[in-house]
Amino acid sequence: MKLYIKYDINIACRILLQEQLEALQIKYELLEFGEIDINDTVSDEQFNQLQSNLSRYGIEIINNQKSQLVQRIKDTIIEMIYEKDKLPTSTISNYLADQLNLSYGYIANVFSEYTYTSIENFIIIQKIERAKKLIVEDGLTLTEVSYKLNYSSVAYLSAQFKKVTGLTPSSFKRIVDKRRELSQNSN
Amino acid sequence: MQILLCDDDADDRLFFSEAMKELKMQNVLTVFDTGTQLMDYLHHPETNLPHILFLDINMPCKSGLECLQEIRGHARFRDLVIAIYSTSATEEDIENTFANGANIYIKKPADFEQLKKTIHHILNLNWQFHTAGLNKETFFLSI
Repeated sequence: MKLYIKYDINIACRILLQEQLEALQIKYELLEFGEIDINDTVSDEQFNQLQSNLSRYGIEIINNQKSQLVQRIKDTIIEMIYEKDKLPTSTISNYLADQLNLSYGYIANVFSEYTYTSIENFIIIQKIERAKKLIVEDGLTLTEVSYKLNYSSVAYLSAQFKKVTGLTPSSFKRIVDKRRELSQNSN
Repeated sequence: MQILLCDDDADDRLFFSEAMKELKMQNVLTVFDTGTQLMDYLHHPETNLPHILFLDINMPCKSGLECLQEIRGHARFRDLVIAIYSTSATEEDIENTFANGANIYIKKPADFEQLKKTIHHILNLNWQFHTAGLNKETFFLSI
């Protein structure tokens, strides 16, 4: 007898990961595209157990220095853009090299190798993301935003905003206002 | 990635699936020709939610805007990325769909190469969007 089966590899893997993580009583959240957020600390013993349990299914935990460095690069960029009141005036490449104590060339290479995007692109996306926040939540004017995020001019910020989102900052603001209005009406 | 496309125009559907094929990315595309079919599929309990939905606006019976509003009215579909895929690109249309919960607005490209480029860009970005931790509430992209 021959049986024909159809399966969804994605679902199979997710369930398998859930079972394995739950068996070790690790609190987790499964993210998209092969990332797992671990919500509390995992002992070395638990980690090794998980690693060996998963390896039976051909699942490997990527745990090397480079992927950790990428995480540190992202954290450093995000901290610089979101948590500082004003961006450092030195160039971002110098800032990153200083903070991570590595050459910028090396940092940029590792970053694009692992994320398929350039570090500059990531910084631009994050800066525009912060700009959105400043416009929407803090009600800052574009002049104030461009000063805080170290843009040389309002026109340049406006152009970059348009390039990343396809919208002008004023159109963006209108959309957010409309959304709020709509959600208030439905509540 | 699981991708859905809903468009009443047969040529546009064909172009889109051809473009996807040529990109040789590991994606599963499911196609619908009416908004009613799309909603039936989404509401079906055994349906796995897609990563991204490409939705035409001007369709007979159930328009894209109606689908959009219906989808955004359900908590289950909150994380679904919706890309509007339309021939019109007036500022009013764009702002209106974003206000109603769309994440991406694509003006249908005139030629095939451009379409391929646009799809590639969107699918790449969709991935980045997950990994860069952007805020969904204020994520708008218009191409």
